[in-house]
Amino acid sequence: MTAAQPPEASASEAAGTRPPAVRLQGITKRFPGVVANYDVDLSVEPGTVHALCGENGAGKSTLMKIIYGMQKPDEGTIEVEGKHVTFHSPSDAIAVGIGMVHQHFKLADNFTVLENVVLGSEPGGPFRLDVEAARRRITEISDRYGLDVDPDPLVQHLGVGDRQRVEILKALYRGARILILDEPTAVLVPQEVDELFAALEELKAEGLTVLFISHKLDEVLRVADRITVIRRGTTVRTVTPAEVSSRQLAELMVGSELPSPQTTESTVTDRPVLTVENLTVRDEDGRALVDDVSFTIHAGEVLGIAGVEGNGQAELVDAIMGIRKAEGRVVLDGDDVSHVSTRHRREAGVAFIPEDRIRQGLLLEAPLWENVVLGHQTSVPNSRAGLIDRRKARAGTSQVVKDYDVRTPSIDVTASALSGGNQQKLIVGREMSGNPRLLLAAHPTRGVDVGAQAAIWDHLRRARAEGLAVLLISADLDELIGLSDSLRVILRGRLVAEADPATVTPEDLGAAMTGAGARTEGAA
Amino acid sequence: MTTATATPPPTATPDVEPPRTRAVLLRALALAVAALAVLSVTRVVSGAQDLTSSGTAGAALRLAIPIMLAGLAGLWSERAGVVNIGLEGMMVLGTWCAAYGSLHFGPWAGVLAGILGGAMGGLVHAMATVTFGVDHIVSGVALNLLGPGVARFLSSLLFTGSEGGGVTQSPQVEQPATFTVPWLSDALLSVERRRTFLLSDTAGVLRGLVTDVSWVTVLAVLLIPASIYVLWRTRFGLRLRSCGENPYAAESLGVNVYLYKYLAVVISGGLAGLGGAFLSLVATNIYREAQTGGRGFIGLAAMIFGNWRPGGLALGAGLFGFTDALQLRQGETSVHALFLALAIGLGLFGVWLVVRRRPVAGALSLVLAAGSLALFTLTDTVPAQFTSATPYVTTLLVLALASQRLRMPAADGLIYRKGTAK
Amino acid sequence: MSRLDPRRIGAALVAPVMAFVTAIVLSSVVLLIAGHAPTTAFRSMFDFGTQPDNMVNILNKSAGYYLSALAVAIGFRMNLFNIGVDGQYRLAAMCAAVVGAAVTLPGPLHIALIVLVAVVVGAVWAGIAGALKVYRGVSEVISTIMLNYIGTAIVAFMLTPQVFAELENNIVKTPELDSSAWFPGITTSGGEVYGFIVVSALVGLGYWFLLGRTRFGFDLRATGMSEPAAVASGVDVKRMVVASMLLSGGVAGLVGMPILLGASHSYGQDFPSGMGFTGIAIALLGRNHPIGVGFAAILWGFLDVSNQILDLEGIPKEIVTIMQGIIVLAVVVAYEVVRRWRINAEQRRVAAQLGGPQAPSSPSTSPAGVA
Repeated sequence: MTAAQPPEASASEAAGTRPPAVRLQGITKRFPGVVANYDVDLSVEPGTVHALCGENGAGKSTLMKIIYGMQKPDEGTIEVEGKHVTFHSPSDAIAVGIGMVHQHFKLADNFTVLENVVLGSEPGGPFRLDVEAARRRITEISDRYGLDVDPDPLVQHLGVGDRQRVEILKALYRGARILILDEPTAVLVPQEVDELFAALEELKAEGLTVLFISHKLDEVLRVADRITVIRRGTTVRTVTPAEVSSRQLAELMVGSELPSPQTTESTVTDRPVLTVENLTVRDEDGRALVDDVSFTIHAGEVLGIAGVEGNGQAELVDAIMGIRKAEGRVVLDGDDVSHVSTRHRREAGVAFIPEDRIRQGLLLEAPLWENVVLGHQTSVPNSRAGLIDRRKARAGTSQVVKDYDVRTPSIDVTASALSGGNQQKLIVGREMSGNPRLLLAAHPTRGVDVGAQAAIWDHLRRARAEGLAVLLISADLDELIGLSDSLRVILRGRLVAEADPATVTPEDLGAAMTGAGARTEGAA
Repeated sequence: MTTATATPPPTATPDVEPPRTRAVLLRALALAVAALAVLSVTRVVSGAQDLTSSGTAGAALRLAIPIMLAGLAGLWSERAGVVNIGLEGMMVLGTWCAAYGSLHFGPWAGVLAGILGGAMGGLVHAMATVTFGVDHIVSGVALNLLGPGVARFLSSLLFTGSEGGGVTQSPQVEQPATFTVPWLSDALLSVERRRTFLLSDTAGVLRGLVTDVSWVTVLAVLLIPASIYVLWRTRFGLRLRSCGENPYAAESLGVNVYLYKYLAVVISGGLAGLGGAFLSLVATNIYREAQTGGRGFIGLAAMIFGNWRPGGLALGAGLFGFTDALQLRQGETSVHALFLALAIGLGLFGVWLVVRRRPVAGALSLVLAAGSLALFTLTDTVPAQFTSATPYVTTLLVLALASQRLRMPAADGLIYRKGTAK
Repeated sequence: MSRLDPRRIGAALVAPVMAFVTAIVLSSVVLLIAGHAPTTAFRSMFDFGTQPDNMVNILNKSAGYYLSALAVAIGFRMNLFNIGVDGQYRLAAMCAAVVGAAVTLPGPLHIALIVLVAVVVGAVWAGIAGALKVYRGVSEVISTIMLNYIGTAIVAFMLTPQVFAELENNIVKTPELDSSAWFPGITTSGGEVYGFIVVSALVGLGYWFLLGRTRFGFDLRATGMSEPAAVASGVDVKRMVVASMLLSGGVAGLVGMPILLGASHSYGQDFPSGMGFTGIAIALLGRNHPIGVGFAAILWGFLDVSNQILDLEGIPKEIVTIMQGIIVLAVVVAYEVVRRWRINAEQRRVAAQLGGPQAPSSPSTSPAGVA
């Protein structure tokens, strides 16, 4: 960890010697129905780590895509190392030394690491791939920057941290001097974050410039030399870590008082709603993705499950919903539903907010009212005797739109016309409006702006007070700690630790999530 | 990335770099010997001498080639992420253009014309799917309707009025040259005549492969190793395959995904066109309506059977060609005998599947084996109308038994738009 | 309600109209290159096709085409491609003719039996493909096509004198159905229209009701739009696939009934083939909508009937086949273009009505996977 440099010193050093590594002036980008960036000004000094902060939907990703040549700005100029540039594709950006590590990794699972790294910049002639030369260079870069990357395995067999290092190596392989990292710590636990930051120090020592996009303010304050805040598509201010606290930074990002997810009094009863016993989900090769999991959720209780993505959370939720085959027992309010179909589980009062709202939660090309029927097409008021009651369904949809503040001109627009936050509100409203007994909420506020996030937390808290049992899966540790009555950690499909939300810290949770040994307070 | 088409889900079997060539060839050889043994046993037991004759082998080769070319066409396209159901339509264009080319400019011009005709069809498919983002299967179906329509129209314009020509067929055309390896051919013939177990069968099969073989066949066969080399050992191939695995990754690295998809689909059309040219110039010497007979689809089945790899595809095409050849020649006895071969083969396959811990597929295989054996013993011959359905039944069987362990390119069928990556 | 929003109807019509116009333009070009006058061709086609007796022919053809397209459309709504309608309807008609000729029953019962046999055979034949897909993961595109060829072989076998057929005037056909199985026609000034066209229309009505108003239809459409979302909502996809294929095949079985019960009264070598593939084209053109498909069926019938006049003008009538092919290709391209435009326009409209830019969501909304 580095102490922040006094801003004046580095600025005056840099100003006289080298031009900014990247300089954006007046950048504006519009998409149909929305202005993603408006009049953005950004100046990144060479050899520094410069952070770009903003909440979800503020326009950070679009800005990065513009710098990397994946989108063209409608207005404004880009300068790299003092020279004016125009990018028509990522190749142009790569050619001037810009490399990008995407938030959603761009790797082909069926290719080897080597194939993924060299794609587009292959050594050898047009008639023969020079695999040996590629392998040599990859190993050389890996050793030089301490990345520990093996060129031969298939990417599908690599874990998240390894994949990220492959992405970094991809950029370095192409001679990147300016590295853009888009939300790099979103999928890492605290220990892996430390490793990443150490790697960034190495890069800085070699003279590289890092542009670091994140909404995780404590990390940003740790690693960045300068911080630019972006809100609603435009730059707000550029500060140094010494000048601001985390809270002030957050307020710059949101522009108003921050909501907090803290729940106050306990509403946990002793009536069990969901009991899961020895639940095991296996993949095609017989490996356990969910391994002998047991827990109970009572009415009025929120059970949070913390874990790095890919440790079985998605499979656990799918198994409880009946979407995936599983061994073991699932008991809902005293009834054994282990072999009951998804439809019947829903009819028994299970609601589901899926992790991927587009894939599992919505019919994008259908109007809103049909999307509200989705998942409830066998229950009153939506249907009776096998027929869909349009009038009642539409009335119910109007109610959901009103109660959950879904911004839409009518209930006949197709779901694809709504913004992500409004889509999520619609889904939450739909699932809650059926008066469920159990709610499975996977990342319920992912990709949602702060205002909508607070509203969703409110709804969850209210329902919980009325006796709803909730299984909460989230990558947002603050959300988990704030909303949960009890907390468990999942690792490699097993529940490995229990924690008390009142006393546990994100670091404790992170340690348990990677199995790096537990401290006495936070571990089972 | 998941696909939008309704084809089998990906499984855990990884699609690795092509394994060491020598190991692959040894495995292929072992499989060939085993197959010959099964057929030899069948021949001796059932008395169907034509099973492994050089005539059948030669016919099998001739019938396998268009299927193989169609499958290769499908492979090139799907490896770049574009599903090409329109192979049938492109093949039809190939048959017509080849006949026309040969009629007016000679046989090899005909071959070239056939390739170009198919490539034009491929271009249309590429425009619809890549530029306009139409669903791949819908576009393919549209091409299958358009291709024969165009052929018919052009026939009415250009073939009517010529001797032997009409709306549904062309006049007789000149065929490209064939070759025979003389001394080898005669030597093998004498071994074949002796009818000894396994030796004569081998001789018969080998003789069919060196007698009266068209140079176009040689060209087609060479396209298999050529495809393997280009797709897996060159920069062009890597980029093309990346479009089928993760086009967004390719895009982010500066690969022009649209260009590679276009190239792949046009090449695909050209290969289908070559398959069509083979049908009208080599397999027969005339263009005839509906000459393709579904081979475009059987080719796709061969491609799936081969797990989207050229080697496996060739094997599948050989299998389909063999069954097709059998039914065309002494159909009634040979196909009947095939039931026995099928029973033995499926029985062995079923046992192997059960040992490999795949009981459902194994049980299915064994049940089919028993049924096949029953059919063999209870009937004497197979009626002529049914034998013509042999290749199609074979296709269904193969797909039913093999489909679930296959892995298609990860982004196959994905409607890709530049700039829409997350 | 917004159902009849003129903008909506306009948008729905743009694509097929565009496609038709493109087809006319391209065909005219082709005709000109071949040395013929397009205007003469189209005018004579129109004049010929609108004569009363030809209009009757058109209606009669469209009776079967409509059913074929509906069968295909049921599959399409579920993202299933039933290319096997052709084999299904011929096998169904064959079996129905054989059974029908073998029994004697009073009129309505006789017809009901024949229709029942046809529906069951068609459903079973398509059901094989459905089962293969659900239990063995076989793509229904290939399996239905293979079943087409196998069905043809079976029909060919059954259509031999030794089996179920007899030779009459150089044509092999099944024994003629008793007059009790003749479906009454509708007499008009131009001739007799198949009475079965009423049944076709009723099937269209049923299609609309089933898909739009029932829970089964909702499940079917949801599965077609997004399988994971449908699964999460409780739909049993395997059962849906089999049910849809059975339904599609059942309707396919009806395709041959107008002709069997209204004209030929037997199944012979001259029984029309290829109607299954026509159904695919018509379903695409009509965008799977019961009314759109109806119009498309009549259009197709018109093209089929009116092209006969071209022979007399010395114009190759195969130009119509090309027209039909171009229409299909152009319409799918046009639908895609219009769809994209409409989504963008809707996003713009929603943003404008809500007053200014919102938190940006994904710029494109292709359901093929963007956050």
